[in-house]
Amino acid sequence: MSVMTIVQAINNALDIKLEEDKSIVVYGEDTGKEGGVFRVTEGLQKKYGVERVFDSPLAESAIVGAGLGMALSGLRPVVELQFDGFTYPAFNQVISNVSRMHNRSRGMYKVPMVIRFPYGGGINALEHHSESPEALYAHIPGIKVVIPSTPHDAKGLLIAAIESDDPVIFMEPKRIYRAIKQEVSDDKFSIPLGKAKVLTEGNDVTLVAFGAMIRECQKAIVMAKEAGISVELIDLRTIYPIDKETITDSIKKTGRFVIVAEAPESFSVGAELMAIANEEAFLYLEAPPKRVMGFDTIVPLAKGEPLYMITPERIFYELERTAKY
Amino acid sequence: MISNLKIPEKTIIKQPAMIFDQFDPREDKILRIIDNEGEVINKELMPDLDDETIIKAYKSMLYARVADQMAVSFQRQGRMYTYPPILGQEAIQIAAGQLIREDDWLAPAFRELAIMMAKGVTLKEIFLYYMGNEHGSKFSKANHVLPICVPIGSQLLHATGIGYSIKYQKKDEVAFTFVGDGGTSEGDFSEALNFAGVWNVPVIFTIQNNQYAISVPVKSQTKSVNLAVKALGFGIPGIKVDGNDFFAMYVAYKEAFDNARAGKGATLIEALTYRKGAHTTSDDPSKYRTKEEEQEWDKTDPLVRLKKYMDKKGIWHENEEKLIEEYKQEIDNQFTEAENFGAYPLDDVFQYMYVDMPEGLKKQKADYELFQAWKESRK
Repeated sequence: MSVMTIVQAINNALDIKLEEDKSIVVYGEDTGKEGGVFRVTEGLQKKYGVERVFDSPLAESAIVGAGLGMALSGLRPVVELQFDGFTYPAFNQVISNVSRMHNRSRGMYKVPMVIRFPYGGGINALEHHSESPEALYAHIPGIKVVIPSTPHDAKGLLIAAIESDDPVIFMEPKRIYRAIKQEVSDDKFSIPLGKAKVLTEGNDVTLVAFGAMIRECQKAIVMAKEAGISVELIDLRTIYPIDKETITDSIKKTGRFVIVAEAPESFSVGAELMAIANEEAFLYLEAPPKRVMGFDTIVPLAKGEPLYMITPERIFYELERTAKY
Repeated sequence: MISNLKIPEKTIIKQPAMIFDQFDPREDKILRIIDNEGEVINKELMPDLDDETIIKAYKSMLYARVADQMAVSFQRQGRMYTYPPILGQEAIQIAAGQLIREDDWLAPAFRELAIMMAKGVTLKEIFLYYMGNEHGSKFSKANHVLPICVPIGSQLLHATGIGYSIKYQKKDEVAFTFVGDGGTSEGDFSEALNFAGVWNVPVIFTIQNNQYAISVPVKSQTKSVNLAVKALGFGIPGIKVDGNDFFAMYVAYKEAFDNARAGKGATLIEALTYRKGAHTTSDDPSKYRTKEEEQEWDKTDPLVRLKKYMDKKGIWHENEEKLIEEYKQEIDNQFTEAENFGAYPLDDVFQYMYVDMPEGLKKQKADYELFQAWKESRK
């Protein structure tokens, strides 16, 4: 066991896989010598050489499109896009090719490829550096979307993502890249994709979140406990395929449902969770499900960002209203 | 001191100038070996091909043309959906087909019938695809061929990535990819050439400059003197070739292949040609081009030219009409096989989306099956 941050856990997962599988290559903008702008890939080029861990030219569509070519011809690329808001030039390759090649070729070609990028707000960043586009990606048939919330999960989920024969979008909560330290096994382990995790058991309200919002929810739960509300917290871990069963079982138990996510509320993962509650647990609901989500706005720059970001107080406010409904 | 850098005379190895060097795209030079009458106008560069190879290449071009024209008529008969004809562009692809190896890679766009066939894709598969069945993209006999790629220019990047794999795995394969003149305006075109240059990977990019991107002429795509010259900005060689001249295309590809296999990296070939047919069977070229223009280009037809060359050399003794009849029969058989492929089962909609199918998708299928059963029960 070692104490790791999310950055270190991801680095460790890449290290383990690079060591074990020669078909893995890691590249993106600044990922080689510098180790990425967040130092996630630090030291890997030195250890595995410039053919396996390298800097690509600055072009996101090419990073992903060329990665697809590699995946079709025997490699397992793990590519990094530098920021959430810079993934869009590669969107065409993701939605038009990466996600479709297995279906298009009737299974003749598999796409064992991971596209990693940091996402989310709360770091006083420039425009395009604070976005949460998980719904855009989760809406695309043919890919999986994974978001860890702890160092342990980051390592286990990334190893599972790299070993998946389906393409995976791996979104990393940059706000807590170094904010959480946790004992993580030094050994190789993986966490199955598509399975949510009940983090805290409770009886009054089901609270579903993922990524950086888990920590905010945990703070809100402490407040709720003081107010006598027992909250069951579920970490989605994988956005798509979404784990309907774990969510539904919990809603059936509590009858009340609150969703927390940073992304704009409309047409979001929150909207999908609402649909699940309605379709799967309609008769068990004792209060209208509630979304605590980003506004349908651009994430404001630093001065305005605190108004946008979801705080434990705001989560508690909605938890209490839902519990008392 | 600059003079210190002078290479001693005896260490310079004399070798014939590379073909790419002789046709500098900055000067808008074009590589051409036979003229429209089949006369050899550049004897020095004429490739050393035996008669049998030339005859076989012509037959492949003829076969592709017949298949293409039959595809258009099958579409007209309502037996196939939208189809993009290759009429007039056969020489480019058959020239490449002479050199492409079984283990070389092909990342096609969607007007590559002849090179796909040369790579071993069956006509049955191609017909099946245009009948609206993805099984036509699961190639039973062709190795290392990607499915038809419709989003313009996006396939070029896949070839670049494959080039990286080839180099990484220390193989001597070559990745081969096509784009049209319109596709050169896409960002992916520039990105693919740039990455291929930086990575020094074995990729051959061919622009089939057939003069039109649907209705938009090349002059509306670029202010550049030609398309081949764009390679130079990415540090890779580029050459403009008469794409309707089989021999010119052959020697350009030969050099590009030799360079790629020798680890010298990527190449861009602009093949000047003319899309004699429509963009697809849904298009009407009379809306945007003149009969006079079409007739002018007819004089450069790649099959007519190669045939004239063979006639002049006295090596063509086949009865072409009889040959076409044989081809038609064969093509028709392939079409019948495709038509008899069978129904499109519900499974096929779902089962290839993921290697590991999500539970939610399984449920969507199961729900639809319940609906089907209900529908059946009402009959």
